Amino acid sequence: MPRRPANALPLARRAVLAAAPALLATPSIGRAQAAPVELHFWHGLPQPLGGLLEAMVAAYNDSQRGVRIVPSFRGSYPETMVAAIAAFRAGTAPHIVQMFEVGTATMMAAGRAVIPVHELLERTGTRIDFSDFLPAVRGYYQTADGKQASMPFNSSTSVMFWNKDHFRQAGLDPEKPPTTYAELEAAMRRLKAANTGAVPFTTSWPTWLNIEQVSALHDIPLATLANGFAGLGAELRIDNPLIRRHLENLVRWQSEGLYRYGGRDNAADALLPAGQASIVLASSGLRARVEKEARFAWGEGMLPYYDDVPGAPINSIIGGASFWVMQGGPRNTRSEAEMRGIAEFFRHISQPAAQAKWHTDTGYLPLTRAAFEQVKASGFYERNPGAQVPIEQLLRGGRMTDNSRGIRLGGFVEIRVIMQEELERALQGQQPVAQALANATTRGNQVLRNFERQNRA
Amino acid sequence: MQRKAIFGGRALPYALLLPQLAVTLVFFFWPAGMALYQSVLREDPFGLAAEFVWFENFAEVLSDPGYLQSLRTTAVFAASVTLLSLSAGLFLAVQADKVRRGAGLYRTLLIWPYAVAPAVAAVLWLFLFHPEIGLLGRALNAAGIPWDYRLNGGQAMALVVLAASWKQVSYNFLFFLAGLHAIPASVLEAAAIDGAKPVRRFWTVVFPLLSPTTFFLLVVNLVYAFFDTFGVIHALTRGGPGNATETLIYRVYVDGVDNLDLGGSAAQSVILMAIVVALTAIQFRYIERRVHY
Amino acid sequence: MPEAPAPAPAAASRRSRPPRDWNPIHRVSWRTHLWLLLGVAVFCLPVWITLVGSTHDASTIGRGDVPLLPGAQGPENYRVAWLEGGGRFRTTPAWLMLRNSIVMAVLIAAGKIAISLLSAFAVVFFRFPGRMLAFWMIFVTLMLPVEVRIIPTFQVMVSLGLVNTMAGLTIPLIASATATLLFRQFFLTIPDELVEAAKLDGAGPLRFLRDVVLPLSRTNIAALFVILFLYGWNQYLWPLLVVNDQSLQTVVLGLARMIGNGDSQNEWNTIMATAVLSLLPPVAVVVLMQRWFVRGLTETEK
Repeated sequence: MPRRPANALPLARRAVLAAAPALLATPSIGRAQAAPVELHFWHGLPQPLGGLLEAMVAAYNDSQRGVRIVPSFRGSYPETMVAAIAAFRAGTAPHIVQMFEVGTATMMAAGRAVIPVHELLERTGTRIDFSDFLPAVRGYYQTADGKQASMPFNSSTSVMFWNKDHFRQAGLDPEKPPTTYAELEAAMRRLKAANTGAVPFTTSWPTWLNIEQVSALHDIPLATLANGFAGLGAELRIDNPLIRRHLENLVRWQSEGLYRYGGRDNAADALLPAGQASIVLASSGLRARVEKEARFAWGEGMLPYYDDVPGAPINSIIGGASFWVMQGGPRNTRSEAEMRGIAEFFRHISQPAAQAKWHTDTGYLPLTRAAFEQVKASGFYERNPGAQVPIEQLLRGGRMTDNSRGIRLGGFVEIRVIMQEELERALQGQQPVAQALANATTRGNQVLRNFERQNRA
Repeated sequence: MQRKAIFGGRALPYALLLPQLAVTLVFFFWPAGMALYQSVLREDPFGLAAEFVWFENFAEVLSDPGYLQSLRTTAVFAASVTLLSLSAGLFLAVQADKVRRGAGLYRTLLIWPYAVAPAVAAVLWLFLFHPEIGLLGRALNAAGIPWDYRLNGGQAMALVVLAASWKQVSYNFLFFLAGLHAIPASVLEAAAIDGAKPVRRFWTVVFPLLSPTTFFLLVVNLVYAFFDTFGVIHALTRGGPGNATETLIYRVYVDGVDNLDLGGSAAQSVILMAIVVALTAIQFRYIERRVHY
Repeated sequence: MPEAPAPAPAAASRRSRPPRDWNPIHRVSWRTHLWLLLGVAVFCLPVWITLVGSTHDASTIGRGDVPLLPGAQGPENYRVAWLEGGGRFRTTPAWLMLRNSIVMAVLIAAGKIAISLLSAFAVVFFRFPGRMLAFWMIFVTLMLPVEVRIIPTFQVMVSLGLVNTMAGLTIPLIASATATLLFRQFFLTIPDELVEAAKLDGAGPLRFLRDVVLPLSRTNIAALFVILFLYGWNQYLWPLLVVNDQSLQTVVLGLARMIGNGDSQNEWNTIMATAVLSLLPPVAVVVLMQRWFVRGLTETEK
């Protein structure tokens, strides 16, 4: 990692500034004309996805001469985020950093630490047609007035996987998965009665699936101010009849042996390929692993919903990450050449060819309709039934609302952990669901107020 | 204590002290001062804006039920680790003290776990207690005990206590064994002639003689449980499930790193510093006594 | 040769005295051996399971068919762990992590000893203004383990541009009040006559340090080195914060990372092989240098 001691010591910075201005000269990038501009790119994708991402970058490096992108894996998403922030304070931030979707509000509040993508494109005169992007994908990373803040990249949504062998054993139609929670409950009872040796139902990413997606599908707000898109003053609204009903169902199903809590984050993923759960709600990104590991027939379908909620279902929200453009440090801004290089790279990865390859290799969503059409025309979805489900689900209902655009809450990483903790206590029988939701709301709102204060300036 | 014979020289002693003092100043006094300074600020993670908030961070931390909960968690954790590792260490030392043949071999076989990093110890125990791949984890589930430390707070606490105590048993064993060796044979013989039963003799004669060692180990084990067990918790439970295994040190990390709340984390650091100063004061009072012992 | 005035238990443990029963009437009962063997078994069980697991394939372990006897996959597992790494967060091969850990542990141990030796020498063998102030400044660092001031220390590293460097990994950990105190205590026992004799010979302080003090301190240095090596090797929180460059990953942290959130589909065989590799150096140090280890432990008191 290149060190620039010149930008050290925030506390003593003023003194250094006064004493030794010469020290602060940033190493100039514009060397000989022929040398490519080097751009540092930090990502948080473990193997094998990280390797596929780096291969994509390598292909781009080979395709042109002006820019060389240096990818480097920096640990999990939260670790990558912390590393990038620390590097910014030290004046050595990477040019591009991959940031998970729940960190969006933090990055958006970062002020002059980031260069918004719309500004980058404007200043470099580069054109990327965001109107062709899937609305749920681009919308998550836009400001309230529709300007693109970061470059959407690896996106997934959550879907339902089911074990067809277990369905057969239980006398259920293996090609007809439950579409509503009423049907799901009936299927669970049949599966339990059939003694498949597996738990009928589990959910991965506990809060994403059971709170965030349930809110979006039924067009119910998760927080005020358009889920936080309209301002920092948002307050949680998860303590509502629908969420309470859903979580009480989970607790009840658990006590009847129909549902099993599979642990935090994506710990429950493993239960499906291992044959230990019959129906699993998980990220669409689980597909690649199921393909590789499952030794039984399985299917991929849309998330169930409560059909007595008027208007439901509409589109689900996405998960995943986007690329943010960072300034080098508090007093270390990007050169024209660097910005042009970044913009060109972004344009390249949004092309249908690159997107189609990424989508079919990894199982992440294609970013654009053009890429989706290209993959569809290639017959990929006939060969891989179910692979188009996430895209169809993102377009379901045909009307993205303030409640299904995404979530823009400061400190959402922490809020997710809080919701998870309170949910865990409810599932362990330590508190009723109503109490869990009230606690999560109080604690979550405190995080929101702290974030608001930190970023008011 | 002062030396009579010394060397002259003006610059040399300063030069000799310089490396240690430089490291101490830069990596000790500066961060400690920074913690104090940041604990009265509210700052955005990128360091672009800061607001002076007096003692608001402290008020917030101390009125947060979650913080008080992790204070309790830490107390339970530290007490359990100390009790378990002290009693196991003492028991093994008492047995080993009786042995004539193979004493050296037993000692070697019982002290090596001290070399194992707490986080690696956690990983080794995970291999045993993982509900799906662990020998004992599966056995428990097969026996009808629903064991999953990732879901059950009590089980998670039991597992981190076990993993954290394991290597500390070796340390305690070594010190207790040395303490037992230091007890004069005449004392034991006198007690034996009194005709008391061995167990009674241990508690009335031997254990009181070990009390300086026990007290010293008590402090060392508490300090270990407080500060050196981050790796165990991070590798096994990440503070969960719920907040069942979130200790004070873990919370400083989570708030400072994951939650990017620098002011709150700094305030917690300052509170921890106060706790350590108190612990160290106790330790030094004891060490002074022990020198006279 | 002068010995440091060691604490009472330590002194006793070094004397080779026949151990005895405080129940001199009976012989050592079989129950004593049984209890000790049980203790040994509890200590060894997790390591045995790990060792066995590292010789099977991933699916055997993943299915939960926990084997109790070694399998045939050992060489392959160790090859993968050594050269490629394992787990879904596969990034750093074990050879590199082990090298990083060894370099880190040696630098920390050697650094602590070097700077403590010098500062203790200055405090003991010189009189100069500020002597006690300097001593207390060092002494007070005992009070704040790095874990307590971890975030501000990290920010200092950020400010100095030392994040993701071996220097950043080691230097903040080499300030050591304990080692300084130990050397000071020992230096105070060096007879004044030796100092006078050196002065008569016309030897300056540095020559006295090299020719008299260092040779006398050999055993202390060896004992300290073992303990400080383990201290450095076992670091977890500091590397977690200060290094996210995969090429500087240490084995203790890298191992924990491989496990992720404990997914049963992990490449457990490679992880277990890495665990065994991570155990070897520190355990070898303790077992092979047991004499120094015991001495260092009882004298430094952490």
